Amino acid sequence: MRTPLYEQHVDLGAKVVDFAGWEMPVTYEGIREEHSAVRTHVGMFDVSHMGEVEVEGPGALKFLQRVLSNDVAKVEVGGAQYSCLCQEDGGVIDDLFLYRLGGDRYLIVTNAANHGTDLAWFGRHGRDFDVAVRDVAERYAMLAVQGPHARAVLSGALRVELPPRMRVAPVKVGRRPALACGTGYTGEDGVELLIDPEVAAPIWAELLEAGVVPCGLGARDTLRLEVCFPLHGNDLSTERNPIEAGLGWCCVESTGFIGAEAVAAARAGGTAEKLAPFLIEGAGIPREGNPVLAGGETVGVVSSGTFSPSLERGAGMAYLRSDLVEPGTEVEIDVRGKHRPARIASKPLYRKRS
Amino acid sequence: MAEANYPEDLRYHDQHDWVRIEGDEGIFGITWYAQDSLGEVVFYDPPEVGSSVEKDVSYAEVESVKAVSDVIAPMSGEVVAVNEDLGDAPEHINEDPYGAGWLVKVRLSSPEQAEALLDAAEYRKLLDS
Repeated sequence: MRTPLYEQHVDLGAKVVDFAGWEMPVTYEGIREEHSAVRTHVGMFDVSHMGEVEVEGPGALKFLQRVLSNDVAKVEVGGAQYSCLCQEDGGVIDDLFLYRLGGDRYLIVTNAANHGTDLAWFGRHGRDFDVAVRDVAERYAMLAVQGPHARAVLSGALRVELPPRMRVAPVKVGRRPALACGTGYTGEDGVELLIDPEVAAPIWAELLEAGVVPCGLGARDTLRLEVCFPLHGNDLSTERNPIEAGLGWCCVESTGFIGAEAVAAARAGGTAEKLAPFLIEGAGIPREGNPVLAGGETVGVVSSGTFSPSLERGAGMAYLRSDLVEPGTEVEIDVRGKHRPARIASKPLYRKRS
Repeated sequence: MAEANYPEDLRYHDQHDWVRIEGDEGIFGITWYAQDSLGEVVFYDPPEVGSSVEKDVSYAEVESVKAVSDVIAPMSGEVVAVNEDLGDAPEHINEDPYGAGWLVKVRLSSPEQAEALLDAAEYRKLLDS
């Protein structure tokens, strides 16, 4: 599949890769440059491969409380909230953002790889509620504009008023109705725009003209990993519950969501393993699947690993034995047979200098 | 360097490696195509001086932010020098793959292996096919 901006990516000379069935740009001029543009100025990502689901009806709140891990009742109109979508056993089907567009109207943004699974899950559990669940993925192109200058550049170029962090606002983009969301996946300030696919190309061109640096999925991954945002498929899966993934903060078991009992049990009893960020002490770049060693035995596995452009060394997150997740703990990462000394760190790995 | 470039004075291995033969020694590196496919190199893991390398077998790793790639020896021999500068400046592999981005110097054990390697025209043809 291709996003409405596929031609633009090719014209800019992007390296295109398959991602969850989508032909997506991984980089244009280089991951480090793009990464640095977002940390210091402003970059934009075509994330139109992500899915959107609309939930509407008198039973919307009750339905969402049942399927999402967070307390949806806390979300005001125009508000945003992060949640897990859990199985009965607490396994994480997806992690997603919820936006409240109206009294009983919500929009959910899904991960591209999980959109179909999420929809089927919503459909199955929606039957018990007075609610309509619609796949509206084709209605939106999605642009994430991120970086310290994102708001200034965006509001100047598109002449729109942007919502503050963790809020959503209806706006006009390219004279078409659109949604501006004060959310992102980079650890920088910024906005995610849900726009009409027909105006995606001219808006992309306008933002390029305004000096916004096009960024691919490569930089998106290094940026999110430096601030320890989990990626479903790597750091989250149906084999792991939110507690071991460090997402207990977005689970409110008293709402009775599917999986609440398992999550409560994990929270009370602890988990054998936990997700923890780490930094390589010297040379070497950790990769997904590398074993983590301590005292000569395997104590965990790397779920995400990369070279961190901001810290200029190997960095990642790993699931490891819960007694070893204290920041400062020394471990080794087995990178293709070479044991690379590493140290457990605290979140986030990268912190903005103020 | 931004433009594809395959010098005439080198011999090429079809796994995108080159050798510059100087007497009984060879200098190895990766081709313009290899560095372009990989993207910005951020780490070079060299072999040890004194170790032996074998034609068609991996002797080192180069890594970009996203990917790791084995480097294949175009010829056999013993490593007599590695490019230490790449420890601090692995980007030389991208900027100057046939010059400052050289990887190792090898005392060749079977100089006749050069005959089976590609010349620049043959290598370019391989890339076009």
